[in-house]
Amino acid sequence: MSKRAARIDIALALAALAGCALFTGLFLRAEAQWEIAVLAVLLAATLYAAGRSGVAARLEATGAAHPRAASLAAGAAMLLLVALLHSSHFALLMMATVALFATACMGLTLQFGYAGITNFAGAAFFGIGGYTTAVLATHTGVPHLLVLLAGGAMAGLIGSLLILPILRTRGHYAALVTIAFAVLFKTFLEVNDALGGPQGLKVPGLELFGWAFNRRIPLGEDREISFFASYAALSIVLALLAYSLVKRVERSWLGLSLDAVRVDETAAACFGIDIARWKILAFTLGNFLVGLAGGIYAMMLGYIAPTSFTFGDSLIMVSIVILGGLGNPLGVIPAALLVVVLPEKLQLIQEYRFLLFAVVVMLILVFRPDGLLPRRMREYFAGWKRA
Amino acid sequence: MSSTLLSAQGLTVRFGGLTALNGLDFHLERGELVGLIGPNGSGKTTFFNALTGLYRPSAGRVQLGADDITGLSPQRVYRAGITRTFQRLRLALSLSVFDNLMIGNHRRLDAGLLGNVLHRARLRADIERNVEQARQLLRRFSAPLAARLFDPVAQLPMIDRRRVEVCRALISDPRILLLDEPSAGMTQEETRALMDDLLATRSEHPELAMVLIEHEMGVIERVSDRCVVLNYGEKIAEGSYRQVADDSRVRSAYLGED
Repeated sequence: MSKRAARIDIALALAALAGCALFTGLFLRAEAQWEIAVLAVLLAATLYAAGRSGVAARLEATGAAHPRAASLAAGAAMLLLVALLHSSHFALLMMATVALFATACMGLTLQFGYAGITNFAGAAFFGIGGYTTAVLATHTGVPHLLVLLAGGAMAGLIGSLLILPILRTRGHYAALVTIAFAVLFKTFLEVNDALGGPQGLKVPGLELFGWAFNRRIPLGEDREISFFASYAALSIVLALLAYSLVKRVERSWLGLSLDAVRVDETAAACFGIDIARWKILAFTLGNFLVGLAGGIYAMMLGYIAPTSFTFGDSLIMVSIVILGGLGNPLGVIPAALLVVVLPEKLQLIQEYRFLLFAVVVMLILVFRPDGLLPRRMREYFAGWKRA
Repeated sequence: MSSTLLSAQGLTVRFGGLTALNGLDFHLERGELVGLIGPNGSGKTTFFNALTGLYRPSAGRVQLGADDITGLSPQRVYRAGITRTFQRLRLALSLSVFDNLMIGNHRRLDAGLLGNVLHRARLRADIERNVEQARQLLRRFSAPLAARLFDPVAQLPMIDRRRVEVCRALISDPRILLLDEPSAGMTQEETRALMDDLLATRSEHPELAMVLIEHEMGVIERVSDRCVVLNYGEKIAEGSYRQVADDSRVRSAYLGED
């Protein structure tokens, strides 16, 4: 490729990034119902057009050619947006929530998109992270960084036990077992007094390296920086790290082995690939990310209850993964933006959101089964095809 | 030292009341190519599945060199040096040619989490080495195919898919290659081209032993050193192509003559 073409690609990518940041800002700040509706349709239409015309693939190729620069630029743009929205509580809360759901859905991408394990208990593992964090932060003096990691580890551990009975089966048993677990988890919380029963638990605010996230930061006379700004910044960094991890897994022998397991277990076994080992790895690592995101989410909200982690919420996560594009961790970001923010902003659909998402998932599966941003061929490293 | 590489004694596979393979005695010498023939349902693929650990034998023993490999898992059979192709291709169609070959090279790849996620420079060197190896192997079969290393297998014609499947089974340098009807779904010219490639592979790897399941008698006649004929799960004849083709039981069971 000529230098000139490469420069045009980079300019195009930067323009697209600026467009994404601008759009996110507008979408989060929009209040009139018609504005929100127009923006949502615009996002879906743009993603669809970019996907069909090959622009999205070209942009992704540019990003893949400069992975580190792309991540840093995307992170910087989003952090800049956090700075611009510094006093607007609701917009920042939404941003953090989108980043945390996107992180969780990147975990599901490892499981569903790569290893082929359907996990219909995403919200339950999110909740395990949240409850673990709540209990540890309330009753122990463990540093919060370790508390969050413990939340992820607990989700990973419970997941790795849950997957044991699934390993000897094929087909849709994983879906059935995880559905059962999602329902069981909520019921367990509701009857468990130690975990607050149906009323739930209060969760202390996050404190990392001496920085209390819930502290008020006055800004001049009557304004202040929203404490959600810290959470939003942390969540964005976490989402970036999760993206980088998932991509590194995909662009390595690990991703190849997971794909082999998903596509054909018999053929994989005949070439020495240990099916159980790879399924456990994907399920555990995926649930670790889900639990980690859930822990931060709980600390940000300051309060969690069983109703936050229902089977319906798990379905929301699965619909984000399918809408974004199965196996593409980038796709879950715009998908999470749509699925998380739209029902909060658009009162019209709040009541019917499950119905609406069910319809959207069905339409996607029928008309564009690869999702808004379909997964691309694996590129083990930048400049791969010239290898 | 005997040159027998693989031997099966009394190998039996039963599914409930059905005996798919009945007391088969089989041996394979180093560097030998044995044609395995027989009508549909005579137990040829069952034999492969029992060797490669997909089916557990109900009775009998399989020995590879000095090791007893009866009933080992498919993964351990692969690590012991036996690879195979499938009658109905089992490639990952959405993945690239390179990815499919690397699935076959699994025993040589670093499967560690940290090495893959953190040591990217080392991983890259390893991947580049494997790209070169894959390219060289493919080139022996077809230069145009080697140029399509990064294309998805779904875009390849049947003959190239077969080649990819054979190369996937070859790339880990196995001791035994089991070929389950590689000519299925191909024209005679394509079959001839693939057999030429296999013969070239044999001359480059004189130690490599192969078992070839095949319906085309012409192919068997051309490439095999020895033939084994199955019918209803039992061996009914064994010997050179001429010997088995002249055998009256083979003629009535398989060639449809009386």
